Amino acid sequence: MKFNDTDLTQLHADLQAKKVSAKELTKAAFDRIKETDDDVKAFITLNEDEALKRAEAIDNEGIATDKLLAGVPLAVKDNIVTKGLKTTAASKMLENFTPIYNATVIEKLNDQDFINVGKTNLDEFAMGGSTENSAFFTTHNPWDLTRVPGGSSGGSAAAVAAGDVIGALGTDTGGSIRMPSSYNNVVGLKPTYGRVSRWGAIAFGSSFDQIGWITNSVKNNALLTQIISGQDDHDMTSSDRQVPNWAASLNENTNVKGLKIAVPKEYLDEGIQPGVRTVINKALKHFEELGAIIDTDVSMPHTKYGVPAYYILASSEASSNLQRYDGIRYGFRAPDAKTLEEVYVKSRTQGFGDEVKRRIMLGTFSLSAGFYDAYFNKAAKIRTLIAQDFANVLKDHDLIMGPTGANPAFEIGSEIADPKTMYMNDILTVPVNMAGLPAMSLPAGFDNGLPVGLHIIGKAFDEQTIYNAGYVFEQTTDFHKQTPKLGGQD
Amino acid sequence: MASQIDQQQVKHVAELAKLEFNDAELAKFTPQLGSIIDMFEELQEQNTDGVDPMYSPTDRVNVMREDVAVKSNEREALLKNAPDTEGGLIKVPAIMDDESEDGE
Repeated sequence: MKFNDTDLTQLHADLQAKKVSAKELTKAAFDRIKETDDDVKAFITLNEDEALKRAEAIDNEGIATDKLLAGVPLAVKDNIVTKGLKTTAASKMLENFTPIYNATVIEKLNDQDFINVGKTNLDEFAMGGSTENSAFFTTHNPWDLTRVPGGSSGGSAAAVAAGDVIGALGTDTGGSIRMPSSYNNVVGLKPTYGRVSRWGAIAFGSSFDQIGWITNSVKNNALLTQIISGQDDHDMTSSDRQVPNWAASLNENTNVKGLKIAVPKEYLDEGIQPGVRTVINKALKHFEELGAIIDTDVSMPHTKYGVPAYYILASSEASSNLQRYDGIRYGFRAPDAKTLEEVYVKSRTQGFGDEVKRRIMLGTFSLSAGFYDAYFNKAAKIRTLIAQDFANVLKDHDLIMGPTGANPAFEIGSEIADPKTMYMNDILTVPVNMAGLPAMSLPAGFDNGLPVGLHIIGKAFDEQTIYNAGYVFEQTTDFHKQTPKLGGQD
Repeated sequence: MASQIDQQQVKHVAELAKLEFNDAELAKFTPQLGSIIDMFEELQEQNTDGVDPMYSPTDRVNVMREDVAVKSNEREALLKNAPDTEGGLIKVPAIMDDESEDGE
């Protein structure tokens, strides 16, 4: 059974009409995972027994009309805590950690009777752009198994691309939902900062982190994001704004006529690979033919400072957030630690991988006496300038577009020895997190057979305009219908 | 300002962060961190006089909720994640050094 191209509303109707059962869907998900995951390695932990039991119970109870996700198998990035199900953040530090509570997003999905098939791989503590920083293994890109799936939500994007599930939760601190979505020809949306509660997302950079979905279609993304959104007492930065029913306005009447799209010149400059530029220019031309107004006479002059400012601020927040891993109350404790000081130092030294250590070091350095003003505070001021760049452009444009990444997925091992090059990959995604805006990566075409994502950035709390544009593009192209050749299927 | 970080500084920052690097690791990490800090230096070319720093994109301030007590009886579940326990408590190595232990 193939359901990875399914629309959620249709799937829900089929479940209600008993054309398919939750158990059949769940079994199909695990069959597909067994078929593909030896090659792809998207999952750290599979939840098979529990998922099948749950599916059977849901079939017996019947599919409630108001529970869109009842019996629908979905996957969860392994830095989102799940009660009773191991949550590792792909770190040796949390290799045996079993949370005693659920993240708010998981509670909301449980209220909908969703089926959690398992926890997906990531770069350790979501730090990285390739999943090569996972303490356990690297996930492989289903489109070309010699290449990275992007990161840090690489397992979630690969699981959707491989057809295991129609949606997987990710987190996005500097591009971690959008970049892997771009590399895997799937739809990934980072909601506005504050749209979704961060309670239960293992903290990395708290003023940047946001949970969102990677899905097989724009409409499914809108439906799923609506379910996890909303104010939460456990997260004071979560917004009490009303959560719209975004999907309700995605239909045959949706159009982009008169939509004002800005394409800043910095987003298509010489740093962007020619093949990517070609795909994006075609996509923009397509929007123009659909009636949108493309404005290329736009500049966002502080874009080039995004990467250094982001790596100072996010690393500083990480160095603070990761102080809690001290080997005392939970997580890894070095077996050879003889004193309390050794418990701290040896546990952290043995429990964290190289990239996490680099970020902690960069953050600690940027916050340390004598460097605070020159690094941390300077970067915080640059953050203001970057947010102003966006505000200026979005004052008289509806959306900003460009490529999600400067290049398609790269070869496994090709950049891991050079952290700075790896960081520069994020040049187009990190500014969005600095300003807290919503943004999507959407399948836009291929460069030598490798997927290229279109980056669509909107105004704060205006996910609707992004979804509208994405939906119209998707309905009038067939890039998203193309799937990788994998596990004997195409 | 010196943009390169030397091994001595890396050692100092590692101490602050409760991390430890051996000589081989120091030799590897120091130039990596140095090249990233060089990149950080690019920010200095941008004038930020009179620009307010931005620490978060949130527009929420001082969010209040009722202070309601809830029952929680998760001691055992919590202790299951502790690396070492004894008698329902988390066990750690001696906090005092040997000399002060003598005085116990």
